[in-house]
Parts: sequence; C-alpha cells; structure tokens
Amino acid sequence: MTLLQQVRWIAQRSVLRTIRQPAQIVPSLIFPLFLLAVNSAGLDAATKLPGFPTSNYLNFALAVCFLQAALFAVSIAGTDLADDIQTGFLNRLSLTPMRRAALLLGHLAGVMVLGLIQACLYILVGISAGADIEAGVGGALVLVVLSVLTCTGFGAIGVLAALRMGSSEAVQGLFPVMFVLLFLSSMSLPRDLIANDWFRTVATWNPVSYLVEGVRSLIITGWDGEALALGFLVSIVVLVLGIAGASASMRTRLVRT
Amino acid sequence: MNGRTAAVAFAVAERHLRKLVSSPALFIPPLVFPLFFFTAFAGGLSAVGDVPDFGYPDYTGFQYVFVLLQTAAFGGVFTGFSMAADWSSGFARRMMLAAPHRFGIALGYVGAALVRTVVIVAFVTVVALIAGMQVGGNGIDLVGLYALAAIVNVVATLFASGIALRFRTMSATPLMQIPVFLVLFMAPVYTPRHLLGGWVHSVANWNPATALLEAGRGLLAGRPVSVALAYGCAIGLAALFGLFSLRGMRAAERAG
Repeated sequence: MTLLQQVRWIAQRSVLRTIRQPAQIVPSLIFPLFLLAVNSAGLDAATKLPGFPTSNYLNFALAVCFLQAALFAVSIAGTDLADDIQTGFLNRLSLTPMRRAALLLGHLAGVMVLGLIQACLYILVGISAGADIEAGVGGALVLVVLSVLTCTGFGAIGVLAALRMGSSEAVQGLFPVMFVLLFLSSMSLPRDLIANDWFRTVATWNPVSYLVEGVRSLIITGWDGEALALGFLVSIVVLVLGIAGASASMRTRLVRT
Repeated sequence: MNGRTAAVAFAVAERHLRKLVSSPALFIPPLVFPLFFFTAFAGGLSAVGDVPDFGYPDYTGFQYVFVLLQTAAFGGVFTGFSMAADWSSGFARRMMLAAPHRFGIALGYVGAALVRTVVIVAFVTVVALIAGMQVGGNGIDLVGLYALAAIVNVVATLFASGIALRFRTMSATPLMQIPVFLVLFMAPVYTPRHLLGGWVHSVANWNPATALLEAGRGLLAGRPVSVALAYGCAIGLAALFGLFSLRGMRAAERAG
C-alpha cells in the first residue's frame, strides 16, 4: 500500500470519527459564535476610542472566532489520538506496515475538515450579522486557507500532547492553557490601544496576536501584506513544530509499544 | 437548626474542604480562572474605561466586581460538581443513610462553597489592590458588596445542587455551568449598560445579574445604586433555588 493510500484510509477514519461526535463538534461551532455575539455588543463602545480601526466591533471581533476554532482543534485531535492510545488501537496499528507519516497526516484530516466547516460558518454568520470582509471574495478564500492551516497546526500540537501524555484527560487540560494564550493577545483591542504596558508587551510576544491580526487584516484593512505574512508565518511555524514534535514522539511511542 | 443538623453540616463541609486541600487539581483551576479573567479584562481592556460617557472612575474596580460575582457564582457551581461526584460514586447515598437530618447535608455543601469562595475572593482582592484598584466605598458599602457576593454564592450553590441532586451524575455538569456563564455574560461585563449595543442591551435590562453588577460597582465606588433591587433579586433567587434544591433532595431520596 502506498503512502497516499495509507493517508487516505487514516484520513477517512479521522474525518468520520470527528463528524460522528456532535458533543465535540457542536461546542466548537457554537461557543465562538456566542462569544462573538456577546463581545460585539458588549464592546461596541470600544470603537469610539481614538484610533480604533473600525466603526463596527463585529468586524473586529469576527477574527477571534477563527482562533477559537484552532483552540478546539487542539483538544479534538489530541483527545481522539489519546483515546486510540488508551484503547490500544495505536498498539495494534503499530503491528501493521502503516507508516508513521501516514498515521500523523491522516489523523490531522479530521481537524482540517472541521476547520474548513468552521471557517465557512463563521464567514457566513459574520456577513449575515453585518460584518464586511474588506478584502472581498478573494480575501475570504485566503481567510479560509489561513484558518484551516492554523487549525491543522494547533491540531498537530494536540497530537503531540496526546503522544507525549497518552491520556485524554491530560490533553483536555491543555485547553485552558490555549485559552489563556488567546486572552493574553490582541483579541479584544488593537495592540497600540492596550493601555497597560505589561499587557501590551505580553501581547506583542504572544504569537497568537499575529494570527488574530493576520485574519483581522483581511476583514478590516483589506490586503495588508505584513499582517498576512506574519499570520501565515506563525501558522506555518506552529504546524512545522507540531508535526516535527509529533513525528519524534510517534517514533518513541511506537517503539515503547 | 439544632445541634445534630449543625454537626452533619460541619462534617460535610469539613470533608469537602479537606478533599479540596488534598487535591490541587480540584482547587487550582477555580483559583486560577478568576485571576486569569481579571488579568485579561482589567489589564487588556483598561483603555475601554476612556470611552466617552463611561462614567465609572476606575476600570480595574469595574472589572473586579464582575470577577468577584463570577467567583462567587462559580464557587457554587464547582461545589455542585463535587456534589454530583459524590452521588455518582455512591458516597452521598451512604451520607443520606448516616445523617439524621438531611438538611444538614445541603447546609454543609453551602458552607463549604462559602469557605472556598472566601479564600479565592481574598486572593483576587489582593491582586486587584496590587494592580491599583481604587476603593471609594466606606466600610458599610464594602460589607454590602461582599454580603451580596455571599448571597450570589449561596444562590449558585443551591442552583447547582438542585441539578446535581436531580441527575446525580457528572455528565450533568454542563447544565450547572452553562446557564451561569450565559447569565453572567449577558450583563454589562465590559462597559456600563448604557454603552451596551444591540440585543445584549435588551437582555441586560431584564437580567438579574445586571442589578447585581451595577449595585456591586456602585458600592465599591462609594456611590450606591440599585442596592435594594440587587438584594431583592439575590434573596428572591436564593428562595427560588432553595426550593429547587429541596425538591431535588426529595427526588434523590425517592431514587434511593
């Protein structure tokens, strides 16, 4: 069996498994939209601050949904693989000629498909609620690509955690950590309008800020090369680090078993 | 309350608190989350206090009151989690057999929720004061503020216990936390009510959490507003969820 065929089989299993777990999917679709609804109304007054980049907070807050989707990808991808480890499925798979790369790439297919569904849903809901995507249809497509790439990268982090810890409870414990990363970013205000110096410094060092700003640039500014390049760069670095770490951990995990 | 009820309540509360102290995994998340929310909101959004017509002297204090009430409410919700765990493990059934007065069991959980909340509130308050929170209220105002938070804690404990007693499983925990989360976030969290936009403004007008937040913020700033309304809402909700919890206890008794 070729590598591609192996990836296809694992990917098919991963996608079906993700779609068949509404308890995992529904919160990842609903929760970001709830926070969008609450924050866009609750923080609408922030648009009156001098220098705020848009007059509609919905435009500003919409970007955060895409990052929340990525945070859910950590626990969805990680929990599924940790379940495979706990139930002994990975042990049985290690007895077959299945290659590690196929296992890893196939396993991320579930979060890639979910990321695609989430990105399309958030764009549709955002536009229906009155948001404008300044970069137009092309920008919306780039937004979907960036969102899926980010979800896949964070999904790889979840896979890495599952392989290192081997427990779904431990993977679930990562979600609050990821949530903290999101809240300590420029998710609620532009960095130059954050009044507290220490918070602005943390947000500047926090890579999640650049992911938010990359997505946001397409919605608010249009085509901002610097913000987009930084967004894609962070997303690719997360993906590469996640896959490299997961690949190394997979080698150890399969040797152990 | 007679001596035997008090003894039961004390034993239940003591067991709950000992369990918390010996299990950092149970105690640390409820301690860290309010601090995290306080840091993210008061730190990250402090510029929102400069919005024209904001009308509150200090954004740190503005967010402190939200986090205080959130801590109080979630202190009760987390106690509901423990109650559900006790039921699903079968421990609560043994308690029901051993306790001469079952009211004491409920009272014990309420007492434990209050103690754990006081510890977390003390921690958050120290952080808020270090962060430069301004306190304009006098001693009476502050007693009013913390008494209000205590009633909110009792309300949330009674609500969560009502759910825990009816379902008697940890699977019911989302039913405890999601409604509390929704009620808290559909109130004026980030800005005063007059600056809220859209549907949240309409919901906030009818949300009892709005009265609690506005009264709490007024008491902290030394400019009390809607205090009677807030206390009326809190005491009314305590009576309502007290009944809900009592009926839950009856349902649990019937289920054996």
